[in-house]
Amino acid sequence: MIEYINISKKYSSGVVALSNINLKIKKGEFVFLVGSSGAGKTSLVKLLLKEIEPTTGKIIVDDVDITKIKAREIPFLRRKIGVVFQDFRLLPNKTIFENVAFAKEIIGTPPKEIEERVSEVLKLVGLSDKKDCYPNELSGGEQQRISIARAIVNKPDIVIADEPTGNLDPDTAWDIMNLLKEINDIGTTVIMVTHAKDIVNFMERRVIAINGGKIVRDEERGVYYNVD
Amino acid sequence: MWIRLLKTMIKQSGQSIMRNKNMSLASIGSVSATLIILGIVLALVLNMTNITDKTKDDFDQVQAYVDLNLKVSPTPSLGEQIKKIDGVKSVEFVGKDKALEDMKGRLDGNGNILEGLEKNPFENSYTVYLKDVNQADKVVKEIQKIEGIKEVLYQKGVVDKLIGVADFTRMGGLILIGILLVISIFIISNTIKTTVMARQTEIGIMKYVGATNGFIRGPFIIEGIILGLIGSIISIFIVMFGYNYVIGILSTSLSGMLSTYLIPTSTMLKDVIIIFLTIGVGVGSIGSIISLRKFLKV
Repeated sequence: MIEYINISKKYSSGVVALSNINLKIKKGEFVFLVGSSGAGKTSLVKLLLKEIEPTTGKIIVDDVDITKIKAREIPFLRRKIGVVFQDFRLLPNKTIFENVAFAKEIIGTPPKEIEERVSEVLKLVGLSDKKDCYPNELSGGEQQRISIARAIVNKPDIVIADEPTGNLDPDTAWDIMNLLKEINDIGTTVIMVTHAKDIVNFMERRVIAINGGKIVRDEERGVYYNVD
Repeated sequence: MWIRLLKTMIKQSGQSIMRNKNMSLASIGSVSATLIILGIVLALVLNMTNITDKTKDDFDQVQAYVDLNLKVSPTPSLGEQIKKIDGVKSVEFVGKDKALEDMKGRLDGNGNILEGLEKNPFENSYTVYLKDVNQADKVVKEIQKIEGIKEVLYQKGVVDKLIGVADFTRMGGLILIGILLVISIFIISNTIKTTVMARQTEIGIMKYVGATNGFIRGPFIIEGIILGLIGSIISIFIVMFGYNYVIGILSTSLSGMLSTYLIPTSTMLKDVIIIFLTIGVGVGSIGSIISLRKFLKV
């Protein structure tokens, strides 16, 4: 479970990104974070990854106040959270297999286990046959599926997807959504930052709308509409 | 688990060297080039120091002449008094007859020019060998204080000049080597910084998937060490072959005496291997640590 308690974030430039956020996300939930650019969605996600520190308040992840953990414990927090980016962020000089295996190698998994698990997730995202290709040989949708494979290879409790469909055509975007839904179906909490109105409306999941650093709407089976 | 992580890191650095071939070649090239220049300077300085040191040693003796008018022979003997002086290694008595013989020997076949002499022009003297030429002035003063010594001769001008030259080359060489070292650290850490910058995205991704700072640093440091190592090995070969070649030419063209003052390749080899490997590996790893520091803040 994730809980933001009285979170405010003011950047050193003086910009107030978030003010007094109180938010609970249950384990296994699928949550859309919507709002215009600069509303504070990304700050909310960055706080969870401990990329930035809140000015006030605490964030509880699995009963641990992550605002209190030490710098050298951050990597272990991040291993519980898989991240998918709009621009995929795959390593161009590693093969598809290596790109996914990488996330397991860094935590010292035995090679045999890596081999098994990577094959498993590549099968899940439907790209087993592309494992020896390099990212530039794949389409955008395929690359995004690989980045999802990398995000889930360590079986994280939470997957954060930051506009995962932003660079994709509508059909491919739906493929990605189905994949995220599948991941959510096996019990992973999914937090998705998006501007894709059709997807949000179709999925009928929890929608949290943010504007000016505040939560302006939080609906269990919500829809997307412009908050500005 | 640590061994496995280390293996992964070594594998990663190997891959990165192979996949960033141009960058790796540039790093190796700059390490080699700097070390070759360093090697040339080092060879010059070491040889200059060796030559001056050895020549200087030839002047580590003082001639103390006995006063002829000395009526009573002093107790203890003059030789023993001189020997007690701090800085004196040994004392040798040279009788005037022996001095004449020595001179004849030095004239080498032309000794007959001394035949016409009515009496031996030489005097009894002591050859005083010094522990350290730098202390010559002090020792000479002490000898002069002894009763029965008429005068003390020593090649002050030559010795002073040699000491001056030796000090100058040593200082100049040290400064030059120091400057070159700083330059090479700069070049190498900059090259590694370029490698690191080219892989900023990779570092960012590593941080997102939960890699520890040590794990991120590891492959880059290993890479720096490997590149430094290859660079220094190449430069060791080039410098030593070059040195051997130059020494060969000099030995045949220079007079025998001077060439014995040159440091033989085998003696240089050990120093060069130790110095180059230390610099290559040290600078490679330190360079990567320095250049990584600011990239680890995600």
